Amino acid sequence: MGHSAPKIVTAPGLAEEIAAILGPMLIDTVDHADEISFTVVREQLADALLLLRDQAHYQQLMEIAGVDYPDRPERFEVCYHLLSLTRNHRVRVKVSTDEDMPVPTVTHIWPVAGWLEREVFDMYGVIFAGNQDLRRILTDYGFKGHPFRKDFPLTGYVEMWYSEEDKRVVYKPVQLAQDFRTFDFMSPWEGAQYVLPGDEKAPQAPGAPSPAPAQPPVSAPKGQPAGATPKVTEKSEETGAGEPANSKGAEKSSDAPVKPQAHTDEGKGAAKPEDKG
Amino acid sequence: MSTYLEELDHKTSAEDPTLGDTQIQNYTINFGPQHPAAHGVLRLVMELDGEIVERCDPHIGLLHRGTEKLIEYKTYLQALPYFDRLDYCSPLSMEHSYVLAIEKLLNLEVPLRAQYLRVFFAELTRISNHMLNLGSHVMDVGAMTPNLWLFEIREDCMNFYERASGARMHAAWFRPGGVHQDVPLKLLTDIADWLDTRLPRLFEDAISLVADNRIFKQRNVDIAVVSKEDALKWGFSGPMIRGSGIPWDIRKSQPYDVYDRMEFDVPVGTNFDCYDRFMVRVEEVRQSARIMKQCLQQMPEGPISSFDRKVVPPKRGEMKRSMEALIHHFKLYTEGFHVPAGEVYVATESPKGEFGVYLVADGSNKPYRCKIRPTAFSHLQAMDFMMKGHMLADTTAVLGAMDIVFGECDR
Repeated sequence: MGHSAPKIVTAPGLAEEIAAILGPMLIDTVDHADEISFTVVREQLADALLLLRDQAHYQQLMEIAGVDYPDRPERFEVCYHLLSLTRNHRVRVKVSTDEDMPVPTVTHIWPVAGWLEREVFDMYGVIFAGNQDLRRILTDYGFKGHPFRKDFPLTGYVEMWYSEEDKRVVYKPVQLAQDFRTFDFMSPWEGAQYVLPGDEKAPQAPGAPSPAPAQPPVSAPKGQPAGATPKVTEKSEETGAGEPANSKGAEKSSDAPVKPQAHTDEGKGAAKPEDKG
Repeated sequence: MSTYLEELDHKTSAEDPTLGDTQIQNYTINFGPQHPAAHGVLRLVMELDGEIVERCDPHIGLLHRGTEKLIEYKTYLQALPYFDRLDYCSPLSMEHSYVLAIEKLLNLEVPLRAQYLRVFFAELTRISNHMLNLGSHVMDVGAMTPNLWLFEIREDCMNFYERASGARMHAAWFRPGGVHQDVPLKLLTDIADWLDTRLPRLFEDAISLVADNRIFKQRNVDIAVVSKEDALKWGFSGPMIRGSGIPWDIRKSQPYDVYDRMEFDVPVGTNFDCYDRFMVRVEEVRQSARIMKQCLQQMPEGPISSFDRKVVPPKRGEMKRSMEALIHHFKLYTEGFHVPAGEVYVATESPKGEFGVYLVADGSNKPYRCKIRPTAFSHLQAMDFMMKGHMLADTTAVLGAMDIVFGECDR
């Protein structure tokens, strides 16, 4: 029986019919999970959507969604979700673009596109050529940056405080009370794409039943910020071992006021070797 | 003063003997963001010619919380409660689209009882939502009593929510694969009693005060008429498109869960004005009660969530006996389930209209992109053309008939 999501019946031959209507504008057709996506040429997007509205009877534009794929040469995908009330069917039309290449507006076909395009512009910085009112819409007045890009941090760059001196809210650089916690859930048994600390010490004898050879770190896993550096223990401070105890260190401790042997209250104390005294 | 007189003097000529007040500047006022009739944090910059609205520019985003971005950093299950906080007047309907989108990507079958429970509570949500909207609409145009009576019904709905899920508003009760917990039989019988006695009595009483009321009609009839063509062009959905005379209801045309087994009527407007939108919602409440009664009659016994242990965590009792169940529970509440790569757009008929979720999965345990299609976004955008030529006082009637909640609009 399968899932119970809204039942949309795609008439047989519909993809071919729309392909015939779109002609050379069509780049790619994907039929996945009972939903058809058409990728079209960016410059001819408005013509394609006009044809879909007038000849294929997709009367309504329900949604424009931007998606960011930083690995692609044209990193943004703009997805138009069309609905046909008469055929009771939905299709998706996609174009891809980057930060500079404008996408033609469709506000003359559906006025509802005005705000939807403004939102994609606000969140991703995609420019829509011909939209008369391409202002920011959801972010604050005077906001900088495009927050839904994958390289924009979840915490943002600034945070808002009430300033007692100025008697108004002001922006300050964001300060996190604790480190931003993110887990990747990559299983080392299923090929995690980074070197685990200690793996590099394992002798790679040919034929030895060792864990999988430490591969050079490939690109960051999907959904992670691109800055994820491989976890290695090249230097001693990265191992958490701290400086080796030497005679100089011993002298210093004799000069210091005698304290009962207790854990230091600093968080860093844990990294120091405990066997000094 | 003297410059003003000079100006007047300068403008007066023999050919045109009228005084220099022929040119009246339009007046720009700011409505909101803190205004009781703005239904949240809406700022309208309106250009008025006398009392006639010439232009209306809604400024939204004052409640923007970056929900879609936050969802990208959460597992599929952790992202679910964000949906309650979108349209906080109809929380379960928001969850409905999201869980259906996940199930569509997983191609996960949901047991029949869970489907009935979802439809049942989605309709309860619709009643609860319409109580708030109808009540605040009549209050915005001047009536006090119906709002208080309708809030009684809304309070009942909240209590039913609480008995089903433990939370009055943010239920997080629909889960991928079913619902979180089964409901006790007593709750279902209580709701059945409520549907037969308390709901019709309170609701029909309250509506009888306004439906034929002269003042209410003066404030709503022929206000903000939207033709069928305009409704299509502006992306209307839900009661807004039905108020414009187009019989479009996703529950009928693209049925999900067990809506295809339900018998209900889709009301449409004939005048396409604010009064029609109001009355469409009134009739929808009656139809929702009808659907709920059918659910109660047909609802089978059985499991309330899928037994696919790679998606749905096992119940506590099972965990006490089975190591396998314990492992599944641990894995599902830490790592979560992985969803195969793909993209779906799933839209359901929320009380306010088409609420869609465009979910892009990359095969990991977190959504790659979760675009939420709010209903209010398109409707509010049409505010400008709907308000053009109307009086300032009609703003509240138009806003009330749009049914806007900013948690959803701003996300």
